[in-house]
Amino acid sequence: MTLTEKILARAAHRKSVEPGDNIWVDVDVLMTHDICGPGAVNVFYQKFGRDAKVWDPDKLVIIPDHFIFTKDQRSHENINQVRTFAREQGVKYFYDTGEGFDGTWATMSNGYKGVCHIALAQEGHNRPGEVLFGTDSHTCTSGAFGEFATGIGDADAALIMGIGKLWVKVPPTMKFVVHGKLPTYLMAKDLILYIIGDIGIGGATYQAMEFAGEAVQQLSVEEKMTLCNMVIEAGGKNGVIEPNEEVLAYVHERTSQPFQVVKSDADAKYRVVKEYDAAKIDPVVAKPHSPDNRDFAKNLGGVKINRAYIGSCTGGKITDFRAAAKVLQGQRVSVETFIVPATREIYDQLHSEQVNGRTLAQLFKDAGCIGPEPPGCQACLGGPVDTIGRANKDEVVISSTNRNFTGRMGSKQAQIYLASPYTVMASAIRGRITDPREFLG
Amino acid sequence: MDIISGKAYVVKDDIDTDVIIPAHYLALSHTVPAQRDELASHAFEGLPDDKYPVRFIKPGQTKSEYAIVVAGDNFGCGSSRAQAPGAMMCAGVAAVVASFYARIFFRNAVNAGLLLPLESMQRLCDEIRTGDELEIQVKERTLLNKTRKNNYTLKPVGTVADILAAGDVFAYAKQLLAKGELKGPVKANHNTGNWVEAD
Repeated sequence: MTLTEKILARAAHRKSVEPGDNIWVDVDVLMTHDICGPGAVNVFYQKFGRDAKVWDPDKLVIIPDHFIFTKDQRSHENINQVRTFAREQGVKYFYDTGEGFDGTWATMSNGYKGVCHIALAQEGHNRPGEVLFGTDSHTCTSGAFGEFATGIGDADAALIMGIGKLWVKVPPTMKFVVHGKLPTYLMAKDLILYIIGDIGIGGATYQAMEFAGEAVQQLSVEEKMTLCNMVIEAGGKNGVIEPNEEVLAYVHERTSQPFQVVKSDADAKYRVVKEYDAAKIDPVVAKPHSPDNRDFAKNLGGVKINRAYIGSCTGGKITDFRAAAKVLQGQRVSVETFIVPATREIYDQLHSEQVNGRTLAQLFKDAGCIGPEPPGCQACLGGPVDTIGRANKDEVVISSTNRNFTGRMGSKQAQIYLASPYTVMASAIRGRITDPREFLG
Repeated sequence: MDIISGKAYVVKDDIDTDVIIPAHYLALSHTVPAQRDELASHAFEGLPDDKYPVRFIKPGQTKSEYAIVVAGDNFGCGSSRAQAPGAMMCAGVAAVVASFYARIFFRNAVNAGLLLPLESMQRLCDEIRTGDELEIQVKERTLLNKTRKNNYTLKPVGTVADILAAGDVFAYAKQLLAKGELKGPVKANHNTGNWVEAD
C-alpha cells in the first residue's frame, strides 16, 4: 500500500484498503477557522441538537485567521461566535483574538497565532501517520508531516464534531519524483507550479499526490509544506511526503503526543509515477487567471507589475522571507511590496533574526517594503475591502500566494502572477517580472 | 426529487469557488436563514463580465431564473467554502450538470444536501445554451433539452447514491449507526431517528 492507503487503512481499522473503497475513518484532528467555523457550528447544533457535545474537544483546533484585521462587523461576529462555541464545548486549542480585539494589531491577544495551516505545525498539531481534516482547502499542507490531511466543507466538519468520524473514498496515488539537487535559484514553489502546469488544474482530482526524490527530501520542513500546500491547485485530495529525520525532529520539538510513522511499501501501487530533473526546471510563473497557466520568469520580462505580495500559508513562512531577503541584498523595491508573515511566530522571527546586523523586518523596511504586516491570511484571498494589500482596482500583482483566479485578491480587474519569493522579490526590485538568477547568480 | 426542470445557465471549464462566491462574502453563511437572500444575490458574481454578459442573477435580485447550471470540466475547483453550493442553492439552483467536479465542491453539495451534482457523458456546456429549458429525470438519468429537442443520458451517481437517497450525510450516518454498521460516541434511535448517547 502507499503511505496514504496505509494511514487510511489504520484509521478505518482495516488490514488493507484499495483505491475506490469507501471507508469511515477515525479523525485525529479537526481544524476550523473564522469563516467556515460558524457554518460548521450552525450545522452541528442544527443536526445534533442544541445540547450536543463535540466528540472530543481536545481534538478540535480552532484558529481564527481569515478576516481578522478589518472593521467589518460581520467578520468580528464570526470570531465571537466561534469563541462562544469554544467555551461551551471546552475546546482546549482555540487560538483566540481576545475579547478586547477591535481589528487592530495593538489590541490583539497573545493567544492569536495566524494562518491555520502554519499554526497547526508550529503549535504541535501535525503528527505523522494521523488523519487531519480542516474546513479549508489548503489543509493538504499538513501532508508534509507524513499524515493524511485534506480540506472539507462545513457539513463534513459538523458530522466529525458529532461522531468523530468521516467517510472518505480511498484515492489512487500519483507519485512525483524530483531527481537531483535543487538548484540555488529554485524553491518548492517552482516545483509545485511546474508540476501543476504539467498535469493541469484538474489533473490530480480525487487523487493523492506523493512527493519523493532527492530534491524533495532536501527541502526544509517549511518548503515541504509549500509543496503539499498547493496540491489542491491540481485538484489533489491530499499531498504527502515520507517524513525524514528533520521532519520528525520538528514534530518532537512541538508535541509530546505519541504518533506512528508510516511509509509507503516497496510494492505500493501508483496510478502514475512522474519523474523530473530539478536541474532542468527554470523559475516558474503562473500567469492570470489559473495556477496551471505555466510560464517561466525568463520569458516574461515584458510584464510590468505595480505590486508585489509575499505572504500566506504558501509563501509567508520564515524560509520565504529569508529567500526574499537573499535577493534584496541592499537594493530597494520599485513597486509597493507587502510583507505579510503567516503567523505570530514568523512575525517575531522577522523582528529578531538578523542579517549583517539588521533584522529581517528592518531590512525589508529599509528596502521600501510595506510591513511586516500583522500575521494572517490577509489579501491572499481578497477579504473585506479594508484588508491590507487587497487589490481594489486593476493592479498587476506578483505574489507568493497560491491562487490567481479572477478576483482572488479582490478586484476582478486585477491580474495576479504567482511565483516563488525569489522571483517575487526580484520582480519587485525591477518593477517587471524578473528571473531571480539575475540576482542570485 | 424525481424531476428537476427549469432554465439552464451555462458555464465552461474550471469554474472556481472564488468566481461562484467571491471571498469577501464569506462572512455570510447559508446556514443562517437571515443571510440566505444576501448570499444568493452574489452567486456567480465573480464570473468575468466579458465572457458572461448574461448574468446568473439580476442586480438587486435574490432568486435566479436559472434552476440548472450546466458546466464543463472541474466545476467548483478551489476552496472548501460550502458557501459556493450554498449560494447557488439559496439562489434557486436545484442541480448542476458538469463533466466532472472538484472533490470538495461535490462533497459539500452531496453531504450537506444542498443541490444535486450530476455528471454528463458528453460535454454538454458546448451543446446547451443559457436560457434553454431543461428537464432532468433523476432516476432515469436523462436530461431533455426541451428548447433544442435533444435528449442525453447522465452518468450513474455512483457511491454517493445512498447519501443522496437519505438526504444528507447526517441522515445517512444515522442509518448506519442505527444498523450498527457504524460505531460512534452517539448512535441513532431506530424508531425516532434521534441521536442518543452510545452505551
